[in-house]
Formats: sequence, structure tokens, C-alpha cells
Amino acid sequence: MNLAFTDVLPLLPEIFLLAAVSLILLIDLFLGKEQRYITYILSLAALLGCGWLTFTTATGVTTYAMHGMFVDDLLSDTLKLMLYFVVAVVMVYSRSYIHARGMFQGEFFVLMLFATLGMMVMISASNFLTLYMGLELMSLSLYALVALRRDNAVATEAAMKYFVLGALASGMLLYGMSMIYGATGSLDLSRIATVLQAGVANNTVLVFGLVFIVAGLAFKLGVAPFHMWLPDVYHGAPTAVTLFIATATKLAAFAFVLRILAQGLQVMSVDWQQMMMIMAVLSMAIGNITAIAQTNFKRMLAYSTISHMGFLLLGLLAADINGYSAAMFYIVTYTLTGLGAFGMIMLLSRKGFEADNLDDLKGLNQRHPWYAFMMLIIMFSLAGVPPTVGFYAKLSVLQAVVNAGYIWLAVVAVMFSLIGAFYYLRIVRLMYFDKPVDNHRIRPEGDMAVLMSANGLAVLALGILPQPLMALCVYAIQRSL
Amino acid sequence: MNFETMVFYGFAAILLFAGFRVITTRNPVHAALFLVLAFFTAAGIWLMLEAEFLAITLVLVYVGAVMVLFLFVVMMLDINLDRLREGFWDYLPLAAFVATMLVIEMAVVLGSRSFGLDIVPAPIQHAADYSNTKELGRLLYTDYVYPFELAAVVLLVAIVAAIALTMRRRKTSKYQDPAQQVNVKRADRVRLVSMAAAQPSSTKS
Repeated sequence: MNLAFTDVLPLLPEIFLLAAVSLILLIDLFLGKEQRYITYILSLAALLGCGWLTFTTATGVTTYAMHGMFVDDLLSDTLKLMLYFVVAVVMVYSRSYIHARGMFQGEFFVLMLFATLGMMVMISASNFLTLYMGLELMSLSLYALVALRRDNAVATEAAMKYFVLGALASGMLLYGMSMIYGATGSLDLSRIATVLQAGVANNTVLVFGLVFIVAGLAFKLGVAPFHMWLPDVYHGAPTAVTLFIATATKLAAFAFVLRILAQGLQVMSVDWQQMMMIMAVLSMAIGNITAIAQTNFKRMLAYSTISHMGFLLLGLLAADINGYSAAMFYIVTYTLTGLGAFGMIMLLSRKGFEADNLDDLKGLNQRHPWYAFMMLIIMFSLAGVPPTVGFYAKLSVLQAVVNAGYIWLAVVAVMFSLIGAFYYLRIVRLMYFDKPVDNHRIRPEGDMAVLMSANGLAVLALGILPQPLMALCVYAIQRSL
Repeated sequence: MNFETMVFYGFAAILLFAGFRVITTRNPVHAALFLVLAFFTAAGIWLMLEAEFLAITLVLVYVGAVMVLFLFVVMMLDINLDRLREGFWDYLPLAAFVATMLVIEMAVVLGSRSFGLDIVPAPIQHAADYSNTKELGRLLYTDYVYPFELAAVVLLVAIVAAIALTMRRRKTSKYQDPAQQVNVKRADRVRLVSMAAAQPSSTKS
């Protein structure tokens, strides 16, 4: 067997990132405490390099490499480019936060880049084996990142919970995959799809495996009734890591679900649609209702994430091009909004003070009207108020669900969104109509201030002009599935 | 029932017994030893499947390295078993319900009806000189090179994470610098002091 250059060409971004991380790991060894910013700049440069490589090698044609274990299609290129962008923004937002908390270490950036590599592998995997390896690469880096403040009891507990439940979810996923392998005789997603198309004798084994796979995926996505880890992890992890988990991993998880269910097991959509319906309704109910009772902002956003993931499932369970592209649009815009929401917590916090209680947001308008306005846009978007992007994302998902014939699901979703609007609007009330508790001046660093403003305005701008992004999502899904 | 089937059922029975004892025994050291027994019998079953390399690796790596390490940890940590058993009876009804459901489902699905010889063909028996190890090596470095490399990256992450989580740069920790030790001169360590000769004190008898 000969390995030609064209065989590895689609993998170029992954290979580049791995080489870059190894190099950064080595360089970081020789840097003093004051020179640590070099690691930070190199990490950003590595992401930029990946972006350039992905952009220039993108052909738009679906290419398989590494014996069909790696796929490079328009979907993977689009999601990867978004991923680099999100990770870079996470790094910029985190810098002053982790600096003030003594976490400005090389490991923070290296582990983050390793997790990014894992996500890239997940995004362009076309085999159960590579899907799983990418997932583990991402998860292991994340467990370590959550535990990085090891003297903090809450963070350690969160890491422990995340690790144990994550391992359980991986076990379920593997068990389900082994069942599918037993029934179809292949680990390759496209091969599984062909075998299923032709018809398999023992359908019970397939459904049995599917149950475990869906349960494992639900654990990873954080949808009810497999959501228990999510509030604790979001709350306990350092906000910089929470930001990373809440945004970048969701992009990868979306690709993961899409690859398994839409590319591999599309034929069995009748079976997984029913499971997803239950999970979607439960998530929206539990997420939105429990979020009302929270006093911690990070916990509230965690429950809000659960409800948003339920909404994402609605798009996926439509199981057609419209549904998938609506779900993709939803996850991309949710990532953007999540960046803003968690980024704002870091912008408001300072050394020795975490702005993660709802009371800390009181009177933000008097303290800094511009950031209060940005937060207003972000909260409106999470609640789904026009003209922000959250409204359009919800609308397109609901359209897909109605087109697929589940009108009752759309009604339930709208109802729970209305309940959810309550706690988002409560934040707006706190910011605009309450007296500030703490009068410390808000002075973020220059690059963070610019990015945060751009982030908030992007949420608004995409809400007014959603068509280009929507068209991109539809095109990417059409060309890839 | 031929001899092979008998051996299989023997191994399977011991494996099940050992696995059950791992979770029911009260002494953690005994639990670890039962796990060793479970690994051994599992290796036996793999040998019967003609997966000789995997069977031997299981014994070498898991029994030889992982479990020995595990035993050390179990012996060194002072595990409070009473605290671990707290709330056992509270969780039992729900856990028993879920477990029974799973067992029933597995029993229904995973029988010979789904994986019998009429559905899944029996594997071909290989010749005596067939090298399992060689085949595995060939596959790992050709068809499966991508996941294999990914596994290597996962291990690298494990190293980085373990060091990041456990290394403490304490100011009080003492360490040696070999270069400095080699470069040391006599003058750095021994100071020769010339002193005037003194009379021993008169109180000395």
C-alpha cells in the first residue's frame, strides 16, 4: 500500500494543528511567566493557519481519505471554519479572566487546541471508530480543563461528575455501536447506510443498538433526561472553560449527531424520531421551567442550554434537508449568542470577583449602557424576540417541524419558549430597572471590548439579514448528505 | 457437547462468577483480585476465538501492569466503605428496576435468534501457521492508521493533563541539579581554616 500526497491532502488542517500543538507544547516549556503571552499568540496563529488551510483546500466535492475513515465535504469545511473562529474568540475572551485567576498557563491553551483537534476529527469522521476517537480526544481535554483549578472544590467536583457521566455515556455509545456493527457487519457510516437500505434480517438488534446510541448522544448533547451533569459542570467550571464547553463543543456535537443519525442511520429515522420527540419535549420543559428558579447566572444559562438543545432536536427530528439545515442554522447562531452571554460574565468579572450571580447584573445600564445594550440583544436572541437572530432560528426550526407534519410539537415548542422568555426578560429588567449593587468600573481590555461589541451587533445583524447564513447552511447540507 | 463447548462454558461460568464478585465483595482488595480472575478467563475465551495476540496482551497489560497498580492504589488509599454504602437502600428500587429492564431486553435481543449460525456465518478456521500478530500489525499500520494515530494523540493528552493536574511547583521542594553537582570544586564545599593550636582545657581529666 502506498500513501500518496493526495490521500492526506484533505487531512492537512488536522495534521497542521497536531504539529502546531506539539510545537507550542515544546516552546511553552522554555517560556517564563512573563513571556506566556507568546503561547497565547501562537495558539491563535495555529487556529488562523488551520483556517487558511481549510479554506484553501476546500473543494466542495465530498472526498474520502484514510480508507474511508475521514470525509472532507462542504459540511465539514463550513463547520470547521466556524469552529476555528469560535475557539479563537473564546481564547480572546478568556485571556484577562484566566490571567486574573492564575490560570494563564500553557496547558490551558494546549488542552484547548487538543480539544479543538478532537472536534475537527468528529466533524469529518465517516466511521464509528474515528467518531469515537474524536469524541474521546475532545472529552479528555475537557475533563482536564474543567479540573484545571484543582484547589477549587466546586471545580474539582464538577470535573469528577463530568468525567464519570462522560465515561458512562461513552460506554453506552460504544455498546450501541457494537450492536449496529453486529447487525450490519460494518463500522463505516456509508457502508452501514447501504446495508440498511438493502434491508437487514434482525431489526430488533438494530433498534436495540440505536437506543443505546441515542442515549449516549443525548448525554453528550445534554438533553433531558440525560442532562444532570450539565448545570453542575457549567456552574463549577471556570467561566472560560464553561464558555468553551457551551459554544465550541455544541458545533462538534451537532456534526456528531448528524453523521451518525442522518448519514449512517437515516433509514431508521422512524425509530429515532420517536425517541427524539420525547427528549425534545422533556428538555424544553425541564430546561425552561427549572431555569426560572435559578439565582446563579451560569446555572440559569445551563438550563437555558438544555432547552435550546431540545429545540435543536426538533430540527433534527424533522429528518429532511430542511430540518437539518434549520438545525445547523440554529446551532451556529446559538453558538454566537452563547459566546456573547458567557463572554459578558467574564467581561464583568474581575480579580477575586465572579460576576455569575443574577444580582451582579443589577443596574448594568447605569454602570455601562453600551454593554447593557449588548446584553439586551443577546438575551432577546436567546428568548427568540425579533429582530434578533434567535427569532429567525426558532422560526426556521418550527417551519421544518410543521412541514414534517408535527404541528403539535411546534405548538409545544412555542409554549415553552414563551415560558422561557420570562427568565431572559427578567435579566433585562435587572439591568435596566434595578439599582446597581456594585459600582466597580467596567474596563475590559481593548480587543475584548471590540469583539464583544461585534458579537452583540452580529446577533442583531444576522437577525435582520439571516438569508446569507441560512443559504450557506442549506447549501452545505444539500451538498454533503 | 464437544470438549470445546465445555471449555467455553467453564470459562464463561467463572467469568460471570468473578464479575459478580467484583461488585459484591466487601473487601476492595478481594474485588481487585476477582477482577484479575475475570481478565484471565476472558483471555481464555479470546484464545478460543483464535485471538491469541489479544489474549496475551490482555494478561500482560491488564493483569500484569494495570491491576498491580490498582492493587497498590487500593491498599494505599484508606477507603471508607461505610460512606460508599450510604444510601444503598434508597437507590436500590430504581436501580433494580433499571437493571432488570436492561437484563430482560438483552436476554430477548441477544439470543441465538439474532446472532445464531443461520444469521451470522461461523468464522473460518485458520491454518496452524497463521499469524494473528502479523495480521493485526499489518491492519493497524495500513487500514487503521488514522484511528491508531488518534489513539496516540489521546495518550499525549492524557500525559499533558496528568502533569497539568498533579504537578505542583512548590518553593519548598528540594531538587538536585546534576550539572552543578559535577561542576563543583573542592573550594566550594570545604573551607580550610588555619587556627592557632590551643591547649586542651584544664578541666579535662
